[in-house]
Amino acid sequence: MNADGLAVRCQNIVKIYDTGDQKVTALDQVNLDIAMGELMMLVGPSGCGKTTLISVIAGILDQDSGSCELFGENLITMPSNDKLNFRAKNVGFVFQAFNLLPSLNAAENVSVPLVINGMKRAEAERKASRVLEQVGLGERLTSLPAQLSGGQQQRVAIARALVHNPKLIVCDEPTSALDHETGHTVMALLKDVALQKDRALVIVTHDARVFNFADRIAEMDDGHIIKVVDSANGTQTSLKEAL
Amino acid sequence: MNHIALKMLMGDKGKYIGIVMGLTFASLIMTQQPAIFLGLMTRTFSFISDVGLPDIWVMDPKVQFVDDIKPMQDTELYRVRGISGVEWAMPMYKGLLKARLTDGTFQTCIVVGLDDATLIGGPPVMVKGNIEDLRRSDSIIVDIDGALDKLGKPSPTPGNKPIPLEIGDSLELNDHRAIVVGIAKVSRTFQAQPVIYTTYARAKNYAPRERKLLSFVLVKAKKGQDLSELTRRIKESTGLSAYTRSEFMDLTYQYFMKNTGIPINFGISVLLGFIVGAAIAGQTFYNFTLDNLRQFGVLKAMGTSNWVLLRMILLQAVLVGSIGYGMGVGLTALFGYSMRNTILAFRFPWQLLIFSGAGVSLICIFAALISIFKVIRLEPAIVFKG
Repeated sequence: MNADGLAVRCQNIVKIYDTGDQKVTALDQVNLDIAMGELMMLVGPSGCGKTTLISVIAGILDQDSGSCELFGENLITMPSNDKLNFRAKNVGFVFQAFNLLPSLNAAENVSVPLVINGMKRAEAERKASRVLEQVGLGERLTSLPAQLSGGQQQRVAIARALVHNPKLIVCDEPTSALDHETGHTVMALLKDVALQKDRALVIVTHDARVFNFADRIAEMDDGHIIKVVDSANGTQTSLKEAL
Repeated sequence: MNHIALKMLMGDKGKYIGIVMGLTFASLIMTQQPAIFLGLMTRTFSFISDVGLPDIWVMDPKVQFVDDIKPMQDTELYRVRGISGVEWAMPMYKGLLKARLTDGTFQTCIVVGLDDATLIGGPPVMVKGNIEDLRRSDSIIVDIDGALDKLGKPSPTPGNKPIPLEIGDSLELNDHRAIVVGIAKVSRTFQAQPVIYTTYARAKNYAPRERKLLSFVLVKAKKGQDLSELTRRIKESTGLSAYTRSEFMDLTYQYFMKNTGIPINFGISVLLGFIVGAAIAGQTFYNFTLDNLRQFGVLKAMGTSNWVLLRMILLQAVLVGSIGYGMGVGLTALFGYSMRNTILAFRFPWQLLIFSGAGVSLICIFAALISIFKVIRLEPAIVFKG
């Protein structure tokens, strides 16, 4: 971990997509720090650069300039194999569309990050089962994703993001495919189970109903972070108003 | 990660079966068509391979293949017998004669005249009767396929199969009476005409009057005699052509390869099978990878290396390839077995297994390669796209 307790430090990040005919600046001189034990939400209109920023932070997309340090490590200078290993050990993902492997059951899906990290399959599935119990799906270990509801699938995805005990969890629109109540349950689960003092959560969301779960909210527009609001400074209503 | 690769492959049963079926079809075509081709080409020299005893075949120098008979004078037999290194030399007549059947119709037959004393060059397997019965007057031995079909007696019920020719039945060969004394099993010839065996002297009687009637001289080399040396001596001494058995088979095979459209026709059909099989299997496998691209992206985002993903795709390709190949080859064997008593030419040597195995492997490598390139170039950030 960084000496100053930072999980993520982004400085002057620029990312430009070259679509052939034109160049689109997705991130333009973005600066953002995320502390350990913090739940940071990235909000803003579609196309404002939230997903690009979360991809850079998670180390699955290289920025064109600027530096992004994850626990003090600058991923862009890391050899690709080291970067893969670093990502496999330290980052957990929760996706909008769940992205569970449809032919694997819940326990097998959750065990994937452990298998990627070299754990034996049987042991990985045992550990996965324990985490699934933690998220309330102990009875659905052998269910395929198609046999689970949207909320249950997202809980499997959260278990998958947690199982290898990563220091950063990135979530892309984790509640947008869910109804309000289920979304609220999923966010509560994320906050209760996933958020620890040695772990940071970055959540991209459009869903204003879940803003109150955030420690800080960074509002983005047109590739810039235009505002960062600290929840300690306001109520849910004032947060919405501030944004 | 292997079990994840296999579960991904078999999870979508429809696509999995589609890929396996495509490879089965390709493997079937790549095995069955060459097997028919090989069967057909084997028939071109089946007459030579059926004659087991002689080491060397002597013939007119202008002969291009086994059915291209250029008769020689009988005296050539004695010249060959006089060459050192020759254990024995026997005459053989081979010609096409018309047989008049009991219902008055004619059927062209291959008539083979064997040395009267030794009957060397006779049919390889006797089904009924005995080869020595050829010494009886007017006797002939008929091959079983001819006896059952083309030389059979007409059925009393029109449209029904002919009644098989039996021992004791007779037919006419060039206005001469011929009595069946035996039924033999011989390899089908390329022209698929019935084969009739008789003695050399009698064959000359059946054949139209010609000055020269000796088709081949069959030579057995003395023990320890170098065959290529002996063929060279026969050629030099007589001015005739002399080939070892395998050389004569090769001469005949090469003639058909160069002068008929068979190789190109079958070549095209095998090539088309390969292309269609490759297209079906390749495209299905590629589509399968495309459909799973997001899943590969998820694995990549979670830290799976390109090398592991490549191994997963190769494992999937090897599995569907092995199953498809096995099913295709199995179906070909089943096809060959079910056709064993028909006129269809079919030969399935082990080399063909290697040929079709290599073909299916190529298809799988091609399909896996295009999929691998797609996955390696895949940006893991795809997983965040909705």
